Amino acid sequence: MDKRSQQQQLQHLYWRACFGATPALIQDERKTSIRQLVKKLLKDSAAFTPLNGAEQTDRRKKLRGLVKEGAVDRNGIKQQIQRQNEQIRDLNAQWLDRMASGEGVLREKLAFFWHNHFACRVRNPMAVQQYVNTIRQHALGKFGDLLMVVSKEPAMLQFLNNQQNRKNAPNENFAREVMELFTLGRGNYTEHDIKEAARAFTGWGFNAETEFVFRPRQHDDGAKTIFGKTGDFAGEDVIQLLLAQKQTARFITTKLYRFLVDDQPATDSTTTKRLDTLTSQFYASGYDIAGLVQTILTADWFYENRYVGNRVKSPVELLVGMQHSLNITFPQKQPLVFVQKTLGQVLFYPPNVAGWPSGRNWIDSSSLLFRMKLPDVILKAAAVSVRPKEDGDVNTQVLDRKGNGFANVTADWATFNNAFSDVPDSNLPDALAQFLLQQPLGKAQRQLVMQRLKTGESRPEQIKNLTVALMALPEYQLC
Amino acid sequence: MKRRDFLQQSGLTVAGTMLIPNFLKAFEMNRLATPVTGGKTLVIVQLSGGNDGLNTVVPFRNDIYYRERPTLAIPSEKVLKLNDEIGLNPAMESLKSLYDDGLVTVVNNVGYPNPDRSHFRSMDIWQTASRSDQHLSTGWLGRYLDANCSGSGCLPYQAIEVDDTLSLALKGKQVNGLAMLDPKKLYNQTQNSFVHGLANVKTDHAAGSDNLHYLYKTLAETNSSAAYVYDKAGKFGNAVHRTQGAYPATELGNRLKTVSELIQSGVATSVYYISISGFDTHINQPGQQERLLRQYADAVKAFMGDMKATNREQDVLLMTFSEFGRRVKQNASNGTDHGTANNVFLIGGDLRPGKVFNEAPNLTNLDEGDLTYTVDFRTIYASLLRNWLKADDVAILGQKFDTLNFV
Repeated sequence: MDKRSQQQQLQHLYWRACFGATPALIQDERKTSIRQLVKKLLKDSAAFTPLNGAEQTDRRKKLRGLVKEGAVDRNGIKQQIQRQNEQIRDLNAQWLDRMASGEGVLREKLAFFWHNHFACRVRNPMAVQQYVNTIRQHALGKFGDLLMVVSKEPAMLQFLNNQQNRKNAPNENFAREVMELFTLGRGNYTEHDIKEAARAFTGWGFNAETEFVFRPRQHDDGAKTIFGKTGDFAGEDVIQLLLAQKQTARFITTKLYRFLVDDQPATDSTTTKRLDTLTSQFYASGYDIAGLVQTILTADWFYENRYVGNRVKSPVELLVGMQHSLNITFPQKQPLVFVQKTLGQVLFYPPNVAGWPSGRNWIDSSSLLFRMKLPDVILKAAAVSVRPKEDGDVNTQVLDRKGNGFANVTADWATFNNAFSDVPDSNLPDALAQFLLQQPLGKAQRQLVMQRLKTGESRPEQIKNLTVALMALPEYQLC
Repeated sequence: MKRRDFLQQSGLTVAGTMLIPNFLKAFEMNRLATPVTGGKTLVIVQLSGGNDGLNTVVPFRNDIYYRERPTLAIPSEKVLKLNDEIGLNPAMESLKSLYDDGLVTVVNNVGYPNPDRSHFRSMDIWQTASRSDQHLSTGWLGRYLDANCSGSGCLPYQAIEVDDTLSLALKGKQVNGLAMLDPKKLYNQTQNSFVHGLANVKTDHAAGSDNLHYLYKTLAETNSSAAYVYDKAGKFGNAVHRTQGAYPATELGNRLKTVSELIQSGVATSVYYISISGFDTHINQPGQQERLLRQYADAVKAFMGDMKATNREQDVLLMTFSEFGRRVKQNASNGTDHGTANNVFLIGGDLRPGKVFNEAPNLTNLDEGDLTYTVDFRTIYASLLRNWLKADDVAILGQKFDTLNFV
């Protein structure tokens, strides 16, 4: 099987396991083996530093009380909601910054995967902060631990209505999604399993300090039968029952494979066998996420031509990828939210518990045209002519729709240019394409890119114009 | 390959219109101008945020309504009466006059089982036509487009959203609708030499990746759709067809005006989609909602007047929905919180019976303070798909729903 250039294979690793690499890093690591690089990535992600800044806010119920007493007026409420939204927006920008930083990025990439897997959307900034730190902390640990802690996150309990899950009035939402979306997948459980599991999760809730609490008086401690086993199961027992099913390992392995390797896995026997082996390894390792990731990233098949450059970057991957390769700084946060919103992926605002649809779903006529315009907007402060839709929720209007603030964006062109200092002018387009694109640069495309150059331009201007043009190609939408 | 197939493929999926020889272009236009729906057009106006249905269609004889809404209820004498039970919000005089002309059907109590009170989730459900425990990544109108794909390709502009970005409702598996705030803007975007040049690049199917091919295909379709709509709408010279109709200078007014111009210019589009926002009225509802309802009613009246003046009143059907209604009981901030079942308006299209379609909401049979639905919204979709757009509703909705006899 023919393969892409060695440089593109290296970049393949950094695109899939991280958010791309800088040209300097690619040069530095040219001679390091894949095995060594993956080890390095894991080591570099060993430490965990939490995101911070969210404040404890009054619960809505309490706010309503204050309004009734006249202690807070409507303006006061509006301001409070506004402040909450701004804090979530700040967390969003802070996380993007970590992703783009190039440090400990394998952890951030996996956390990004888990954010989509354990998709959750709430208004309380403290709950959001705890939730994101939990998935970041356990992103490369044991899946069982991650599942347990994320199930006890106030954000998740709130989002899936487990606060309302009581002994005498069970709410099945959490129990259903934990099976359908978090562990087994549709078709691997019965409605009866859900009903019984919901009873086991009764009493799981959280308090005004955004802490998990177990409320024994709301808990149904009678016998339940789940997956054919009977006992007076509590919520923790259900999590263990789910982990005991090998199907959970298969479901998670397949989803991670889709994320790291191939959005639409083939159904041939090679792929099936490969997924079987990965599943068994994951299950036998006690759900060791880092181990599974390492196996995938160091496998020969991971670098096969058909996988390289055949994944549609999600909006966050596109944005962070640009940020990282050019070390772009956004002094204002609004443009970051604007891009996410226009392209349909705002961190902490997934459309529903199933997460964002992926792959080709990101691409339609308007999103493609905006993606192709984006390098011009970010790197040349070109005017923005589109406005994303309002989502209908009066409380998220702070994420306003105007594309202002791009004028102050800066990129570290000096460092970027430096990496190409040995390249003669005539080779610049191809050297840049080799770095920016995971697909070959076609003849016609090369011609169109070259048309963006004007005679007599300085070398930095040439590099900038070529980079902006290459980033505007459909090829740049893939990684 | 037959010559005819070749012509169709080269005209539609590979090259942009600008490079097609004139004889081919004429061929393409002829083919495209043949309406696929028997000339019927569906216009959808989505009210985002959860419009308060009880203050839109007011049950003015109902004591519970007045009891639960001490400061929000609309006094009976102000209501624009539709029958002896319900009437319209006083801000909707324009809609009332359309109703008096027999153009408006009001469907009460529309919803779905196990309603979700989250904006995003409930809007998802309405846009994908899913069950409330099901997550779909295609919209019902996107699947309508899929169903219309033929051997020679798919036509994105069969469904146009008048906006900068595309809603899930118009995303299909094989093809997506076209988002276009105005034909000239989109055309200009695709005409810059870089984008246009790329749209005409032939990508090799065999080599490279499927996804790369998909990106280039989307670009080519966008390019040719934009050129087609722009050419069509600007028959003489470069000016987009201008309607004679007078529209209010509101966002909805402007967008419906664009729809009218596209319809009048004979663009082969069968579905138009528009959304307006601001209906999430938790606080100080009355002023806000009245302003929005007035804008809605005035814009729709102008649009229907324009359709009548150009003899298209019977071929154009406008549907309005919101992701949910609001609770019966008002809240402490002179507003209302998220609820469930709501009303749907169907306007124009020579409907029978063209009146109030079903019973008024039952305020004594509430589900935890919320209205109980009696009409599944998917039965409305099924009726529109099967009877109005002449499409395969079962394939598009994934199951058979009863159709309502309003079409």
